[in-house]
Amino acid sequence: MLARRIIPCLDVRDGKVVKGVQFRNHEIIGDIVPLAQKYAQAGADELVFYDITASADGRVVDKSWVSRIAEVIDIPFCVAGGIKSESDAKEILMMGADKISINSPALRDPTLISRLADHFGQQCVVVGIDSFYDKDTGTYQVYQFTGDEKRTQKTGWTTFDWIEKVVSLGAGEIVLNCMNQDGVRQGYDIEQLKQARAACKVPLIASGGAGTMKHFSDVYQQADVDGALAASVFHKGIIPINDLKVYLKSQNIEVRPC
Amino acid sequence: MAETVHSSFQGKGSDGSKNVIVDTGCANLSSVKFAIQRLGFSATITDNIELIKGADKVILPGVGSAKHAMANIIDKGLVETLQSLTQPVLGFCLGMQLMAESSTEGKSSKEGANDSVIKCLGIIPTIVEPLDAKGKRLPHMGWNTLTSVADHPVLKGISVNDYFYFVHSFAAPISEYTIASCEYGSEFSAVIAKDNYIGCQFHPERSSALGSKIIKNFLELSALELSPKELTAL
Repeated sequence: MLARRIIPCLDVRDGKVVKGVQFRNHEIIGDIVPLAQKYAQAGADELVFYDITASADGRVVDKSWVSRIAEVIDIPFCVAGGIKSESDAKEILMMGADKISINSPALRDPTLISRLADHFGQQCVVVGIDSFYDKDTGTYQVYQFTGDEKRTQKTGWTTFDWIEKVVSLGAGEIVLNCMNQDGVRQGYDIEQLKQARAACKVPLIASGGAGTMKHFSDVYQQADVDGALAASVFHKGIIPINDLKVYLKSQNIEVRPC
Repeated sequence: MAETVHSSFQGKGSDGSKNVIVDTGCANLSSVKFAIQRLGFSATITDNIELIKGADKVILPGVGSAKHAMANIIDKGLVETLQSLTQPVLGFCLGMQLMAESSTEGKSSKEGANDSVIKCLGIIPTIVEPLDAKGKRLPHMGWNTLTSVADHPVLKGISVNDYFYFVHSFAAPISEYTIASCEYGSEFSAVIAKDNYIGCQFHPERSSALGSKIIKNFLELSALELSPKELTAL
């Protein structure tokens, strides 16, 4: 049976893994390659590397770390941040990444999704969505340039409309980051993810809010997501991946043993 | 960055073997090469016909669409070479699908209309069709278990319920060439083989220790182990 995926997310800034709270105040966690290797050995099913500065800065970023990761790990990994064209995507994939994830550039030019899917196959085109719940209007809104708080801005898209749009354009997977929950470890946004699940025909990955093992079982059981992404609980050793998989198995959730 | 070698082997493995990764113009060449290196072997990425013919082992990787990959193979003049190899050949994912007679894929295959049939290498007499996921989400992406495993040298040490990493929307149906199967909505071929040609639908290079075991089995097997009479189809 297809296993639910557990996906540590490593935010990368200037070649180091960093972590912020609600996208802000980043602290350095460690070097990329040893951390990637550690997670692969610990039983992670997949890794995501977000180059969080890239999209916001609009600068050319050194991506040689992609190749160094591909050399050492034997599980799939996805690279996000700063991929604006077919040639950017090709460079990352040629260095050994299995998937590329696009976010702000897809909002600027949605046809980029179709072009990437045509060139490299739907299976390696992930669309990352940063979604913020606006209490005043009761709507979920898509934000862009979230790597830099000074440039973070609301777009004209509501989250579920944008999900349907990107899937129709050829996205092979959606990572939905619920910004209100990010980094605060109060649990995934089940309500939002349930609605996203209904709008999304391709694999859906939950992101933002994991704090306990129960948060993972809740999001798999209640929102039927294909994978759950988390950062701080893994980086800070709050939840060892092996313990998490043993727990999920005990909750009758299909996972790949470590 | 993967570099294509045109005229000479970059180096032989510790056992002196010459392993080649065929440059199909697809993007996952370096991950395949790195997986081989992690096992202590070496491999040359090339589209040079003489190097491919002269290799001890040939790996045919691939991601993306069969249409693009076949166009690349035709452009590079590799069709006949790949069809007539006598040494062990291992295809990964799209590389496996290219070994089939044809692949039915197209823009709207999700909706089931306007599918186009791409002629493939026709090495293994099977076809590739849209995976009948019976309403499950596509692509079939993630770690899934094998539902049957035949006695075959490349699957030595691999068992039913072992997990491998799959990413695909198309698949080869179960046939006499199936040597391992997987289920996602319906059963399909996880590994197919005919004579010296073997193809895995999953990505051994991204399937952790068990994937490495398959690559190692392949790199260590002798061509004699793949004589037609010893093959046991399911």
